[in-house]
Amino acid sequence: MTVTPGWYMALAAVLFVIGAGGILLRRNALVMFMSVELMLNAVNLTFVAAGRELNVLEGQVSVFFVMVVAAAEVVVGLAIIVAVFRRRQTASVDELAELRG
Amino acid sequence: MVETVLFVIFGLAALCGAITMVWARNPVYSAMGLMMTMFSIAVFYVSNSAHFVAAVQVIVYAGAVMTLFLFVIMLIGVDKEEDRTENLPIQRPLALGLIVLFGAAVVVAGRLAWTTGIRNPLDPVNGTVEAIGDELFKRWVLPFEITGLLLIVAAAGAIALAFFKDDDDAEVDT
Repeated sequence: MTVTPGWYMALAAVLFVIGAGGILLRRNALVMFMSVELMLNAVNLTFVAAGRELNVLEGQVSVFFVMVVAAAEVVVGLAIIVAVFRRRQTASVDELAELRG
Repeated sequence: MVETVLFVIFGLAALCGAITMVWARNPVYSAMGLMMTMFSIAVFYVSNSAHFVAAVQVIVYAGAVMTLFLFVIMLIGVDKEEDRTENLPIQRPLALGLIVLFGAAVVVAGRLAWTTGIRNPLDPVNGTVEAIGDELFKRWVLPFEITGLLLIVAAAGAIALAFFKDDDDAEVDT
């Protein structure tokens, strides 16, 4: 039995669904953020698998760009979480129910 | 054969890591689970002959991003375990239902065709540093420059957020 790209795609789909579930079920801002990272990683895996199947390098180049954007997003997002924590002493998104800072 | 064994072992590791991340109460355990998933995905990159991307995955994600996450977890306080009561009444069943529905939709869609498009008849793709660099600095040089700009803006934004002083929330609070 050889591993076709479809297997990688299926695994990536499962990981993506777990990440989406993490966002929907958890209320800790940090864990929700990690779920976003997991979803991005799952999509990266589909890029690489599809690029191998179609014999093109663009899949890997796309992964490179997604990684850069994800790194930028992590930096800003964690800074926002820390800034919110300094004011409200919480990382739970349930307690951030007001527009007032 | 080797690829199949690797796929089974690290596929299970990736799934266990992802489930740990969602399930664990302590955010440090969540971070460790995510790190395991990222390492497994790096292994999949190698078996898809994306060597450079695998190295970047380990250095950037498993190294830098997870270190940043752990820093923030330590800053916010590890020992605070969240209570798991859900304030919205039907959020949990609705979320689980949507997850199942989405998973089923993905499986149904994937059964038709996982990859579509015209197969490039050239040699099999080999993601060495040279090949990626060639592509990146010839065809994609403008997007590459723009990502540099994006990173500078993100770093500046993070520093600006970190420099919020407490004297202006004293104004707000009084």
